[in-house]
Amino acid sequence: MNNQLKVPCRKEKLKDVRQFVEQFLQQRGVSEIEAGEMVLAVDEVCANLMIHSHQCNPRKHIGVKIKMINHDQVQFEISDYGVGFNFCRYKEPSLEDIIKEKKKGGVGLMLVKRIMDSMEFIRKANRNVYRMVKRVHSV
Amino acid sequence: MQISSVLEDGSYIISIDGDVDASSSIKLDEAIAQAVADGQSDILINCENLNYISSAGLGVFMSYIEELKAKNIRMVLFGLSERVENVFKVLGLDQLLNIVETKDQAKQRTHE
Repeated sequence: MNNQLKVPCRKEKLKDVRQFVEQFLQQRGVSEIEAGEMVLAVDEVCANLMIHSHQCNPRKHIGVKIKMINHDQVQFEISDYGVGFNFCRYKEPSLEDIIKEKKKGGVGLMLVKRIMDSMEFIRKANRNVYRMVKRVHSV
Repeated sequence: MQISSVLEDGSYIISIDGDVDASSSIKLDEAIAQAVADGQSDILINCENLNYISSAGLGVFMSYIEELKAKNIRMVLFGLSERVENVFKVLGLDQLLNIVETKDQAKQRTHE
């Protein structure tokens, strides 16, 4: 079964990423709510990489790979080449500050941190892997 | 994603149809900015056909909280699916925004 996807860094491609994750989780019987959270987390990481690491350059690509571990955990690996960003070291701003400063961004990685059970940043040579694992209850 | 704004029985309603993500959130931002610029005192956000929202969309709502408070404008969201509402709950935004189930409840909320 197809568990890998490669997309160019165009924000319009985020929908393809979401459909791909959704389909994988649906086929494994993951509940609506849990699937919704994971689709969101993957979308957020990909959007961050597209916008901040690659400035939406369509000649750059992002890879997404999904697999089940021990039937009750889903592992996502999002990968790209270039300057990496250790998303585990991201410091959560407070919601109050974001609201006060009227910022329109800044909660993406906050969502990822709250949704996923573990996050790992792996850098090998020029390749970055953003690994996230989530335990599911519904399969 | 499609956005439409209508004045219905005196209520200003912005309806969102589709996915609000990093590529489309600007349209939601523009629609709310337009309502504020028009001098609306109540803004209802119809989420019955909102299929998906990411942080980009949440960020738009969050960025208006202070401005609407200062201008005494009430914004109420209604018709969220369980899945979409859960995204607001992950961050605790359901406590900071007015979210109700139906359009009637939303209209009532603006008349309180």
